Amino acid sequence: MAHGNRPLSPHLQVYRPQITSILSITHRMTGVALAGSCLFFAYWLTSATYGEAAFANAQSLFSSWFGQLILIGLTFSLYFHLANGIRHLFWDAGHGFELDTLRQSGWLVIVFTLGMTGLTMAMAYAVGAG
Amino acid sequence: MGMRTTLGCVRGLGSSNDGIKRWLSLRLTGLALVPLTLWFVFSTIGIIGADLVTFKAWVGLHGNPVLLILLTITMFHHAVYGVQEIIEDYIQNETVKVGSLIITKFTAVFFAASCILAVLRLTFGG
Repeated sequence: MAHGNRPLSPHLQVYRPQITSILSITHRMTGVALAGSCLFFAYWLTSATYGEAAFANAQSLFSSWFGQLILIGLTFSLYFHLANGIRHLFWDAGHGFELDTLRQSGWLVIVFTLGMTGLTMAMAYAVGAG
Repeated sequence: MGMRTTLGCVRGLGSSNDGIKRWLSLRLTGLALVPLTLWFVFSTIGIIGADLVTFKAWVGLHGNPVLLILLTITMFHHAVYGVQEIIEDYIQNETVKVGSLIITKFTAVFFAASCILAVLRLTFGG
């Protein structure tokens, strides 16, 4: 295997942050958060097979203020990653590379993410309070 | 370069030919996760704060066990491919890279298997 002095891409600091680059790194960060949340999903599901007390424990963890904060963050991450993922699929099909379209689809992702996160939170808190 | 042949210079740096399969898998699992995750979010809103009896009833309800198993497989699959891409992009050290990839895959398979078994047990009792 030949390694060593292979060219490096320029470091991130030399670029001015733009909507395209911000959304790109956010896609990766939300992806990592969601990958980690697979473990919460596994804990939640499997706790139910350990009986009443174990499941009640898991439920109270997720409904604590810290648990709620995590779940809100994950809801945001899911909607962002989902919307921006669809944006990626359009790129893979060869569409939407014009600068204007890139910015518009970027803003669409942001509006969708905030709107759906808000809607989901409103529904969840309405059910939780009832 | 020196005495090395042109083939010797490029060997080990090129395509391994299984990239397309992974590229496509990441996108197909991503596409499948759009309806699956939306179903999961809006379906679980209905069981916020549920006790075990209510939860078991929800897991076993109609198509829920099938959707939960599909969600588990697709989600862990997509997560592994995504994390793998990031590990391969950012970790230069070959030993650390391969080690991280193995840990990622073993962890995902273990938890995915646990989730599937949990869904089956909660659905069929036990």
